[in-house]
Amino acid sequence: MLELTDVAVSYGSINALHDVSLKVETGSIVTLIGANGAGKSTTLRAISGLLRVNNGWIRYEDQDITNSAPHKIVARGISHVPEGRMIFANLTVHENLLMGAYLRKDRGKLGQDFDFVFNMFPRLKERAKQVAGTLSGGEQQMLAIGRALMSKPRCLMLDEPSLGIAPLLVKTIFQKITEINQSLGITILLVEQNANLALEVSHYGYVLETGHIILHDKSPALRANERVKDAYLGGG
Amino acid sequence: MKYRHTKQIALLVAVILAAVASRFSGSINPYYLQVILFIGINVTLATSLNLINGYTGQFSLGHAGFMAIGAYASAYLSTEKSAGIFQALGGANAFSIALIFALVLLGGGIAAALAGLIVGVPSLRLKGDYLAIVTLGFGEIIRVLIQNTDAVGGPRGYSGIAGYTTLFWTYAVAALTIYVVLSMVDSTYGRGFLTVRDDEVAAESVGINTTRYKVTAFVLGAFFAGVAGGLYAHTTTYINPSGFDFQLSIQIVIMVILGGMGSTAGVAFAAVLLTLLLEYLRFVAGYEWLPDLVRRIASNRMIIFSLVLIALMLLRPQGLFGALPRMAGGRKTPKSQPGPTIATP
Repeated sequence: MLELTDVAVSYGSINALHDVSLKVETGSIVTLIGANGAGKSTTLRAISGLLRVNNGWIRYEDQDITNSAPHKIVARGISHVPEGRMIFANLTVHENLLMGAYLRKDRGKLGQDFDFVFNMFPRLKERAKQVAGTLSGGEQQMLAIGRALMSKPRCLMLDEPSLGIAPLLVKTIFQKITEINQSLGITILLVEQNANLALEVSHYGYVLETGHIILHDKSPALRANERVKDAYLGGG
Repeated sequence: MKYRHTKQIALLVAVILAAVASRFSGSINPYYLQVILFIGINVTLATSLNLINGYTGQFSLGHAGFMAIGAYASAYLSTEKSAGIFQALGGANAFSIALIFALVLLGGGIAAALAGLIVGVPSLRLKGDYLAIVTLGFGEIIRVLIQNTDAVGGPRGYSGIAGYTTLFWTYAVAALTIYVVLSMVDSTYGRGFLTVRDDEVAAESVGINTTRYKVTAFVLGAFFAGVAGGLYAHTTTYINPSGFDFQLSIQIVIMVILGGMGSTAGVAFAAVLLTLLLEYLRFVAGYEWLPDLVRRIASNRMIIFSLVLIALMLLRPQGLFGALPRMAGGRKTPKSQPGPTIATP
């Protein structure tokens, strides 16, 4: 479904990604793990068009999307939940979700999707009229995911959904991620620092180190890998 | 959506009121009349800048430049290019004057909007203080260009402009500006402006073309600034490039900040208040019973402005009206906290 070939991205003269190649199969959850600064978020931002790709190709559903404008990529069905819960703090929860459906042509069917999101995250329904900036961290993350779902994506990219969230809520959010994948059949590309959790819910994993993919395998195999255990899973 | 018609009716009522008031303008003291006209023009300037600085979160300091373009373009059109139309319509009568003035104002607005497009497309890639500097520079460039264009009087200024501006035109334009800004912002499309202000990355990630929104806000804001410039030129009947310096841009920005960025009612109110304050200061400076120091401060507007601004920042950082309850619990990051401080990129 989504395929990166030798993608290179740089911030000014500093190369953040060197030659990242990866493949996301339709219907799967693929995770990208690695330390801070390894280039995980950069990879997602390159896919969604927020950063310029210097070299390599990004293909989605057999079409080249390298360096397309972000709004065109959203229109193709890739939705990106950016790191740090970037919600619209001054809009209400309801308005945030509405903006998620900004590019949708079938506005008549929005009610159904609101119901779906509210069903998945009942807290958002309780707070629908509330200004989003007043939500807790976990609720903001739910809102960010809900907003991304409103665009009816076929591929959802999540950037650090567990960042700065109470442990209890982290569990809920990862349950929802699995649910989104299974019940809606949405392909998920997950970037997560909590490698343990990420490898638990995903089918396939890539390990990124200073802009290079150093390892990739099925998630259970990665969890058993000594190198991954040592570096990312707290020594097993 | 349910407010749609209320807004249109309000616009219609405002225009009719302006037309009625215009009938009685002959009985108003000419000085007061001019102050009332300036109030309307400033409301237009401030509410249109609020679309750029308040709702869309871009910091423009170039509003005086757009106003100057509108003022000069419309003055040129009405003085040099309207003779043919007058002839075709059988000389200067109420109808032909109204038609020509409408066209001339439109021309001023379009000229300013074009300038907005030319400046906006390259410079809106910049953020915060960088954008402020570019727009400030643009305003000065316009002023210097006009100063060196002999066809419009150069440094001598442009005189002999017809005094077409009436209460009707001024307040109809002000009402129209408020109407357009409000209906832009209150729609699903218009909420895009707010998302650009709140978080550009998030806006792009839900598929909003942020560049287009910023350029739209910029061009629309410039258009109304241009129309306001046209009204101004046809009020004073004489314009001079030094009247459109960056102090004027700052003055408009202060109206926006004072009223509360992103609150149209607040900004319109602040425009009225500040215009009146400025005029009243002229009298204060003339009161002989006041201590000399007070009179001297009163005759220097920038000191008063700075004091007002400092007091406001200490007492009500969200502006007089604030951006209303919306701002109540906003995230505490410089980005989403509209204020006079320019967020560093």
